[in-house]
Amino acid sequence: MTPGPTSTTFTRWLGAAVLVGMVWLVVFGLVISPDDRVQGEGVRIMYVHVPSAWLAYLAFIVTGIASACYLIPRTRSLTWDRIAGASAEIGVLFMGITLVTGSMWGHLSWNTYWTWDSRLTTTAFLFITYIGYLAVRGLGGSLQQRAKRSAVIALIAVLEVPLVHFSVTLWRPLHQDESVAKGELENLMLFSLFVGIIAFTLLYVWLLLHRQRVMSMEDAVAERGLDAAIAERRSEVAR
Amino acid sequence: MSPWRIARLVAAKDLRIERRSHIITNQVLPFAALVMVLFAFALDNDDALTRVAPGLVWMATLFSLVVLVQRTFAVEAADNALDALVVAGVRPEGIFHGKAMALAAQLAVLEAVLLAAAMVLYRVELRGEGIALLAVTFVVATLGLAFVGTLYGGLAAGAKGRETLLPLLMLPVVAPVLIGATRATEAALGTNDATPSEGWPWIGLLALFAVLFGAGGTYAFGSLLDD
Repeated sequence: MTPGPTSTTFTRWLGAAVLVGMVWLVVFGLVISPDDRVQGEGVRIMYVHVPSAWLAYLAFIVTGIASACYLIPRTRSLTWDRIAGASAEIGVLFMGITLVTGSMWGHLSWNTYWTWDSRLTTTAFLFITYIGYLAVRGLGGSLQQRAKRSAVIALIAVLEVPLVHFSVTLWRPLHQDESVAKGELENLMLFSLFVGIIAFTLLYVWLLLHRQRVMSMEDAVAERGLDAAIAERRSEVAR
Repeated sequence: MSPWRIARLVAAKDLRIERRSHIITNQVLPFAALVMVLFAFALDNDDALTRVAPGLVWMATLFSLVVLVQRTFAVEAADNALDALVVAGVRPEGIFHGKAMALAAQLAVLEAVLLAAAMVLYRVELRGEGIALLAVTFVVATLGLAFVGTLYGGLAAGAKGRETLLPLLMLPVVAPVLIGATRATEAALGTNDATPSEGWPWIGLLALFAVLFGAGGTYAFGSLLDD
């Protein structure tokens, strides 16, 4: 890929949609949606915390799918590897946001920044696991080695995502149960939450496209660097 | 050569290397015992120690596992022995099972020593009704740890510049073993008024883990070796 801006007409429109979505979310989340009967204003953190969490799951699942696509010989292509890596980076970012906002919300509603209930514990593990995945991507070696190693790790790691989501039903929970799936949220709050999820999903796609393109340029530079070094050595020998 | 025969040969080679070098007995076991002593310094309360002893034993096992896995693959680093095996056409599944079996044997010795240390240092007492559960826990957990260790060791250990990656990758993955083994051990020992019947469901988790990583490792080890 030739070096240059990573934006296209599509990403510019997408970026505009993201901005609109975020404004929409701020308006609905902070102004229009009602206070919670019990928690008051504090519930508004939900409009950032929950979409972040769902987007982190989505990002890690995309990493898993892209890794599988890389490992299958018929669909093998380094683009899948780059999508997997970019998606994991974004997933780690969103998971970090989830943990921080969740911690703040926990202080408001449970009076503690952290507790070892099943949802928080498994989420923290998911976060650390994908930090490990990113570390594996940084191990060095050829692009194909990086792709194969991280693909194997990603396929093991993605098994933790359903574990996190269903942890509240499996073990002793303090964290909220699956309220949305069980239809327990009031209409306007539910709508604001979905606005949040749509806005965050658009943001995720925008980030993924740009990051994947930047990665492909980084890989091209790395390969070009190697070719240049080989050419230099050859010219030294020729002299 | 069948993968089973290869596995036996690789396992025998690893154990023979250990018998001649005594690294595990001279370095890793003292390290494990040291960890147990340090726990006692940190907690400084006899009742607390006896109550959390199962957890401490398995924590010490996990820390020692990291060292053991490093060692298992360090012995292959000299003369690129693993590459030589692969180039010679040896089936990677055989190598995986062989190294896992040797690692399991070393882990078993380690855990026995740690259990003995816990009985001495933390005043843990074995109950008759819990012995079967305890034995099964140790066997199944050891298998799971050996499979995970061999798989991640193939990726992250031995080679220069990757040692620090191994604990970061491996310890989150073995967390279910830590939880399951600790709960089952507590049930076997009667800590916190647990009964052995409460421990058997955790064996299910440990067995599932061992099967998953046994199968996954068999399948994936070859691609990790192809470096």
